[in-house]
Amino acid sequence: MPKTEMGEAGMGETESAAMLEARRAMEVCNACRYCEGYCAVFPAMELRREFGTGDLNYLANLCHGCQGCYYACQYAPPHAFGINVPRVLAEVRAESYAQYAWPDKLARLYERNGLVMALATAGGIAFVLLLALALQRHDVLFGPQSLAPGAGFYNVVPYGAMVWTGSVTFGFSLVALAIGFARFWRDTGGGRLAQPRPLLQALRDAATLKYLGGGGHGCNERDESFSTHRRWLHHLMAYGFLLCFAATSVATVYDHFLAWPAPYPFFSLPVLLGTIGGIGLTIGCAGLFWFKLTGDQAPRARNLLGADAGLLLLLLLVAVTGLLVLALRATGAMGVALSVHLGAVLALFLTLPYSKFVHGVYRMGALVRHAVERPEATHRS
Amino acid sequence: MNPLWDVVVVGGGNAALTAAITAREAGASVLLLEHAPRAMRGGNSRHTRNLRAMHAAPTAVLTEAYLEDEYWDDLLRVTGGDTDEKLARLTIRATAEALPFMARCGVRFQPSLTGTLNLSRTNAFFLGGGKALVNAYYATAERLGVAVLYDTEVEEVRLEDGFVRALKVTSKGFPLEVRAKAVVVSSGGFQANIEWMREYWGDAVDNFRIRGTPYATGRVLKNLLGQGVASVGDPTQCHAVAIDARAPKFDGGIVTRLDCVPYSIVVNQSAERFHDEGQDVWPKRYAIWGRLVAQQPDQIAYSIIDSRSRTLFMPSVFPAIEAPTIGELAGRLGLDPAALQATVARFNAACQPGPFDASRLDGVHTDGLDPPKTNWARPIAEPPFIGYPLRPGITFTYLGVRVDENARVMMQDGRPAGNLFASGEIMAGSILGRGYLAGFGMSIGTVFGRIAGREAARNAKN
Repeated sequence: MPKTEMGEAGMGETESAAMLEARRAMEVCNACRYCEGYCAVFPAMELRREFGTGDLNYLANLCHGCQGCYYACQYAPPHAFGINVPRVLAEVRAESYAQYAWPDKLARLYERNGLVMALATAGGIAFVLLLALALQRHDVLFGPQSLAPGAGFYNVVPYGAMVWTGSVTFGFSLVALAIGFARFWRDTGGGRLAQPRPLLQALRDAATLKYLGGGGHGCNERDESFSTHRRWLHHLMAYGFLLCFAATSVATVYDHFLAWPAPYPFFSLPVLLGTIGGIGLTIGCAGLFWFKLTGDQAPRARNLLGADAGLLLLLLLVAVTGLLVLALRATGAMGVALSVHLGAVLALFLTLPYSKFVHGVYRMGALVRHAVERPEATHRS
Repeated sequence: MNPLWDVVVVGGGNAALTAAITAREAGASVLLLEHAPRAMRGGNSRHTRNLRAMHAAPTAVLTEAYLEDEYWDDLLRVTGGDTDEKLARLTIRATAEALPFMARCGVRFQPSLTGTLNLSRTNAFFLGGGKALVNAYYATAERLGVAVLYDTEVEEVRLEDGFVRALKVTSKGFPLEVRAKAVVVSSGGFQANIEWMREYWGDAVDNFRIRGTPYATGRVLKNLLGQGVASVGDPTQCHAVAIDARAPKFDGGIVTRLDCVPYSIVVNQSAERFHDEGQDVWPKRYAIWGRLVAQQPDQIAYSIIDSRSRTLFMPSVFPAIEAPTIGELAGRLGLDPAALQATVARFNAACQPGPFDASRLDGVHTDGLDPPKTNWARPIAEPPFIGYPLRPGITFTYLGVRVDENARVMMQDGRPAGNLFASGEIMAGSILGRGYLAGFGMSIGTVFGRIAGREAARNAKN
């Protein structure tokens, strides 16, 4: 991340240009407060009179980027004050992903995250394709596939290789994400995390994307007009992802505990979950990517675009190739399709803690902090 | 090609937009001429936040009830009777129907509110504030087919015998003649016209800050008053509040306000106090402080508190000026250290003991001090000491055109103009001749905007 030498006198460390600008913006906003009905950022801001880097990281991750406050702002450019809260908070958010990344050295992966995601995807696919070519007979790999249990998929990548590669990469990523979360929580003020009521509130706010609602009327996606399209697309994507994850989990249970190995018929739980999830994921990712490309770029952060595009396109690739595997699973194209799918999944697992995926973890943390700190009187469901 | 519009609306704020939408809904072809570019559209409505609305029972956005007579009493008190009862009561009654109209036009309201002014019973707050309201109105106007020209200034209204024949306009740098069957002027006051203000205030205006839009130049107002249109309101008067002296010349808006005065002492350039800072709660006093500061040499004053008071008021946008001693603070503010030390010492010695309570009139006062401080008179004793510079911030001017209850502009000879209507700040002096009532400017603009739009459309059809 570009750092400036303009840290506040006496603070002993330099702060980024985005951090300094975010502080200036919050000081203007805190004297105005017209936007307090839009989301959680402004009520959280109102609990403070001074904004340390931890506070700004917290507010930045609490911001859902609905852009309502930008179009409503009397101080937005070309006003002399030039306030653009969604953009500067997104810039700080992008920097916070690097700051919390573990191990520290890998924070650099956020510098050109779009490129990193592209390379990881290409590398993952190439690795699985080569693995399949090396480990399997080519007439099996490229031949028509049997749908008998225990055949098919494992003819492409052997069962052991699939399970081990998946478990190790996913396990490492979970550890890295957990450490990142701990770093976020400590940086933004620490304190007790396990409090049932705030946790439930935060889960509800996250599950419903309450703050992508702009106070109930939708958010600004391309201009001053409001819509709930982004919220619905995000729901399709997130719940699609969860359904796909559920499909994999159910299949694991079938395989390990019920001795019923893949592939499964279409009207089986894993395939139905995966199909519905895959379609949701496809529509959600494609729609969200379309919104990234179109509309007013002014309230968005340039330094997040690569990460946004990288994760959305990788998820889209995972979903589309997953559906393709289903469609082609009895044909000779299945071997290549499955290799590409597994390569994309591998890339997703590997990059989880170094991609835009972390926004879910830190946003959840920010929602919990907001639920913990806000005064009892303002609790509304 | 120079089409004849049914209705042309001059201006681009709340009063203009409500007129344009209403006229369009009545079937008229409507052109709206906004002086500002698109990004700065909306006049002073950009800076507003709420509308004062009569209501008989609690609504989704207003608590309890606020009835006509109480509303009228509030108006009578702030104007000291400098109002027109017929127009005022008409406005008050119509605010009850304003909220559904606004909601229909896409204006969103905020369920509840924090901050220093507690107005949730009387005032409906716009979600996101005035610019969000303006955005909603423009979106509605465009959807209905109102034509909008930005960067378009009306230079002259060609009046003949009380009839508007044409408008002489500069649109994006090009001269244009606009023809209309009826015209609504909603182009605001003249507070941003420094040279016009200088006629009444002299060179003191150079030290004024204009809180709102720089496009309120009063060009249309002056043009109309020069052609026999009846005026209303004292031309020398404007609504002025004390704001941070570091505010920009124009458009600083809400964030430049300073709410520290009641908990401070305020001194002028000679480091002398000049008024009772603790007379009443700040929402009831901020409007007199603009004038008080304007009357001081070089139109500047300094509000001084100690560290105990720093969190008693809303955060201000510019940083506090701090120093460990009063003498050093004086140096940083450009005041004579000995003089400020003497003023603070005199004040501290005059403070009478008592339980200080920032949340109410606590009666903690000075004794034997002139001018006295009658509430919150706590010694300024705990370092660091903090100062804020104050300047007069001008909100709006009172001079306007006279209208009747159909928003029709009146001529000096007592006859109504044939096809000229007015809404908003340009005619508000008829109802609000003095003082201010929070959210009432938006009430007048919305109510008279709708009346002017309705009547202009009707006029154009006949």
